[in-house]
Amino acid sequence: MGGYGFYVWGSYGVAFLLLGAEVVAVLKRKQAIKRSTTLGETKLETPNSKFETA
Amino acid sequence: MSKSRTNWYKYAAPANFYPLAGKLIPLFAVPTVFLFIAGMYLGFFVAPSEAVQGESYRILFIHVPAAWMGMFLYVLMAVYAGLGWAFNARLASMMATAISTTGAIFTFIALMTGSLWGRPAWGVYWVWDARMTSTLILMFLYIGFISLQSSIDDPRRADRAGAVLALVGLVNVPIIYFSVQWWNTLHQGATLTARSFKMAPSMLAAMLVMLAACWLYSITVVLMRVRCIILEREREAPWLAEVTA
Repeated sequence: MGGYGFYVWGSYGVAFLLLGAEVVAVLKRKQAIKRSTTLGETKLETPNSKFETA
Repeated sequence: MSKSRTNWYKYAAPANFYPLAGKLIPLFAVPTVFLFIAGMYLGFFVAPSEAVQGESYRILFIHVPAAWMGMFLYVLMAVYAGLGWAFNARLASMMATAISTTGAIFTFIALMTGSLWGRPAWGVYWVWDARMTSTLILMFLYIGFISLQSSIDDPRRADRAGAVLALVGLVNVPIIYFSVQWWNTLHQGATLTARSFKMAPSMLAAMLVMLAACWLYSITVVLMRVRCIILEREREAPWLAEVTA
C-alpha cells in the first residue's frame, strides 16, 4: 500500500472486526433468550391468526 | 374474511412482524456478503491509485459508506422513535432501539477510519474541524440514546425518553452534511453532488457497491436485533406465553 499499509489495513481491520463482533453479539443475544425460555420455534414463526382482519 | 388483499397493518403487531423479519433476514444477508466481496475487489484491484495520496485514499471505500450509514441510520432511528411515540406503536420504538447499536458502530468506524486516514493525508490523527466535531457529537448522541434507554426500567417510558433525545439530536445531521459548505474547514468538501461527481468512475463504483453492502448489512442486523428485542419485551404477552412453559 505504498507505505500506508498500517493505515489502510488498520482501517479495514477495525471496521470488519467491529461489524463481525456486532453479528456475533446479536447471535449470542438470541441464544441467551432461547436458553432462558422454552420457546417453540415453529410456533413463533407462524403468523398469529388472531390478528388477521379482513 | 377476504383473503385476496393483504392487510399490511397487521405487521405493526410484534407477533406478526417477528416471522416476517425471520423470512427477510436471509434475503438481505446473502447479498450483503457478495456486495462486500465485490466492493473490496473493485476498491483494491480495479480503482487506480490516486494522484496526490497514492494508495492511502483507499480508506475512502469504508470511511465514506460508514459515515453515510451513521447519518442515515440516525435519521431512521429518530423517525421510528417519533412514530412510536406519536402513534403509541411499540414495534416502531423497538425498531429505533434496534437501529441505535448499528448506527453507533458505523459512526465509530467512520471516526476511526477517518482518523487513520487523517494521519497520512493531513499529518494529524484529529483536528476540531466542523465535520469531525459534529460527527463526534453524533457519536455522543447515539451513546446517549443507548444509555438513556438502558437506564429506564419501564420499556414505554424508555421509548419516549429516547424519542425526545433522538428527535432533538436530529438537527445535528444537516449540520454534519452542510458543515463543509458553511465553515472554512479542513475536511474535504462535497465530491458527490446531485449534478456531478468529481472522482474516477471506477472509484465511484467501488464506493457505491460498498455503500450498498453497508445498507444490506444494516437491514440484516437490525432485523436480527429487533427479533431479539421483540422476544425480550413481549415475554408476558399471550402469543409468547402460549409457547413458553
